[in-house]
Amino acid sequence: MEKDRVKKFRIKRWDPERASKPRWEEFTVSLDPFERLLDGLIRIKDNLDGSLTFRSSCAHGMCGSCAMKINGKNALACQTLAKNTPEVVVLEPLPAFPVIKDLVVDMDPFFEKIGRIMPWLLEDGPPPERERTQSPEEMKKILDAIKCIMCGCCTSACPVYRAGKDLYLGPASLVKAARFIFDSRDAGWEERLEMVSGKNGIWRCHSIYNCYEVCPRSIDVTGIISRLKRMSVKKMLLPPRRPG
Amino acid sequence: MLHRFDTLVIGSGLAGLSAAIEASRHGSVAVIAKLYPTRCHSSAAQGGIAAALGNEDPDSPEWHVYDTIKGSDYLADQDAVRTMCEAAVKTVIGLEHMGVPFSRTPGGKIAQRRFGGHTKEFGAAPVRRACYCADRTGLAIVTTLYEQSQRRGIKFFPEFHVLDIMMEGDRCLGAAAMEIRTGEICAFSACATILATGGYGRVFRTTSNAIQSTGDLPGILLEKGLPLEDMEFFQFHPTGLYGLGILVTEGARGEGGVLVNGKGERFMERYAPHIKDLAPRDMVSRAITTEIREGRGVGERDFVYLDLRAIPEKTLSERLPEIMNFCRIYMGVDPSVAPIPVVPTAHYAMGGIPTDQGGRVMKNEAGETTLGLFAAGECACVSVHGANRLGCNSLLDTVVFGRRAGEAAGKMKDIFMVEAAAESEEVLGPAKNTVSEILRRRGDEKTGAVRKDLQELMMGRCSVFRNEAGLKAALEGIKELKERAKHIAITDRGKRFNTEVLEAIELGRLIDLAEVIVSSAVQRKESRGAHSREDYPERDDKNWLKHTFAFKKAGAFKTEGNIEFSYRPVSIAGFPLRKREY
Repeated sequence: MEKDRVKKFRIKRWDPERASKPRWEEFTVSLDPFERLLDGLIRIKDNLDGSLTFRSSCAHGMCGSCAMKINGKNALACQTLAKNTPEVVVLEPLPAFPVIKDLVVDMDPFFEKIGRIMPWLLEDGPPPERERTQSPEEMKKILDAIKCIMCGCCTSACPVYRAGKDLYLGPASLVKAARFIFDSRDAGWEERLEMVSGKNGIWRCHSIYNCYEVCPRSIDVTGIISRLKRMSVKKMLLPPRRPG
Repeated sequence: MLHRFDTLVIGSGLAGLSAAIEASRHGSVAVIAKLYPTRCHSSAAQGGIAAALGNEDPDSPEWHVYDTIKGSDYLADQDAVRTMCEAAVKTVIGLEHMGVPFSRTPGGKIAQRRFGGHTKEFGAAPVRRACYCADRTGLAIVTTLYEQSQRRGIKFFPEFHVLDIMMEGDRCLGAAAMEIRTGEICAFSACATILATGGYGRVFRTTSNAIQSTGDLPGILLEKGLPLEDMEFFQFHPTGLYGLGILVTEGARGEGGVLVNGKGERFMERYAPHIKDLAPRDMVSRAITTEIREGRGVGERDFVYLDLRAIPEKTLSERLPEIMNFCRIYMGVDPSVAPIPVVPTAHYAMGGIPTDQGGRVMKNEAGETTLGLFAAGECACVSVHGANRLGCNSLLDTVVFGRRAGEAAGKMKDIFMVEAAAESEEVLGPAKNTVSEILRRRGDEKTGAVRKDLQELMMGRCSVFRNEAGLKAALEGIKELKERAKHIAITDRGKRFNTEVLEAIELGRLIDLAEVIVSSAVQRKESRGAHSREDYPERDDKNWLKHTFAFKKAGAFKTEGNIEFSYRPVSIAGFPLRKREY
């Protein structure tokens, strides 16, 4: 192995079926500077330990399968190149979601939260014969939000979500809501805005910007939530007061 | 665990979701897939979906039909092509109504751009026919269809790996699948089962396909004695990022990008003098491979350049933002200042599970169909792509024929009752055996090593150019790989999320499919579309204007020559055969 290509992968592993708590394990692999960390994981599974478990599919940042915590920060293993990582690569499962095995977490709660905001376009009567028109300027308003691949990096990085995960919708759900609320074609935007202005929606966001920092799609997540807040204030949909 | 639904859809990409939405008008629908819904490979589709909307240039469905047939090198079934292209406008408008965030013209209509092989007035000049959402059209449509599926109460079973299709004679009763997170094998009973599992580009080393594109279902049908059609036709997309195979959309050339060889020449002018860089993919991939073979690659290396520097920066950032990102991240190249190193990359299977226009799976070349079994999308072969698919026609195919399959499948419940499968050994036995057989294997082989050798073999012997000696050598190689696969040792003995076992199963399917691809390529002694034989360089309409149906020979498992062939005539409806020039 060429010395400058040697990487140490320090991976947090846990098979709850067989162990009561996680353990750390180290693997040494050779990676070219332009290779992806996902290539390293595949090399470990192919050659060193077939039981190492992680998700993967598209391998170029479009499907969101391989989201994990990489050296302390949520990211996609297929979008992180060896040249941009230190000699020791530390990999952990995405925080805030229950671990199924090694780097695989249960994403059901995440998708369930997104499902709560009625994530579909609501029409205003029967559609026209041809496409509904939408100007390029109107379309631009949803351009950032439609880039989302629902990888979960943002929601998992949010300390508010981690503290109250049963309640808070989380940043990804709010981006999904914004995708419709800002869409000139959506007839349900007011209802939706009201929904996310409730006590488990936008007002739980404290603008910590973790979501923004980790988004592998460079979506301005916190900015989008801030826009929702401004819109909400205009509509007098203010944060609910604590009783007493 | 037993599940009962009127319609069962396997696969959650564009074809599967389109089918599910349509079937949900008739009854209950379950979608099972080995990934979470939006993780499907349709999400990676970039350039667009073809429809003669005429928003940017005058256009007509008739020209679209002509281009598709000519692009297919006349192997597509012309009646099916007509069905698809005539439905295209309504289909794309329907997607917009569902909420797909298409890019827009200044007047607010769906924006369109040029794409390979799409022309006006029967080949006169390129036409803007590709409806797009920047270069993330697949993601935009998949996301929208998933949203609409949730609205309709379609039940999703994410991360279920299908191990068996339950057949009773000619009738499909559902599927057996492993719930990946528990390892439990469950039965899904349904009046109708729709297969929409996508492609199997992972038989090749350099591919744009996802790691999960492993052709599990075509492989299972082969075991059941059902045929696979036109498997010799595998499309290599001309522009994959060098070394990685990640796709660079044809839209990049549609917006004005050009291919340049090591001598700085725009070599496509020599191969397709008329439409140059916008020639169909098979021709461009052959041109690139020829340039490289004849020593005109860049810096005497094995790639050429895709040069986007003539495209205004605003166009690049608005219409090709993902491509710009991929190049920056994975190649360290900024396409606005430097050309992109590209090579042909295994991209799309024209062949697959033969179906009629309602998605019904054919059991033989006579066109007799099975009951309750449907297929759509890349895993199927209608055939609308023939020997070579045009860009943007795959998304169209998935939605048009996905919906048709969903419609036909949804109505099956008026004919049949769901026969609830029992949790018996008879029903779940084959699926359980697939797993236990893998776990019983002993030896010192590893899945990764065998898979790598398979991919190298297919790349070397069965890619853009082929010849008899190479293909026969590939068959020998495949025989050895099958033997080696029997000695793969599984280290992970747990039930929970055991991807080591699943990868070994997938590898078995890939090897089987590779064998069918190579065997089909050996027997077709002509060059047509993506199947280019150095020893038979001409198209031979007299002997080979027909679809190949490949069957696994009963009882000849894992010996040489275990594929049998029969043929089905091509439907010609209005477009006589011509020499294919661009």
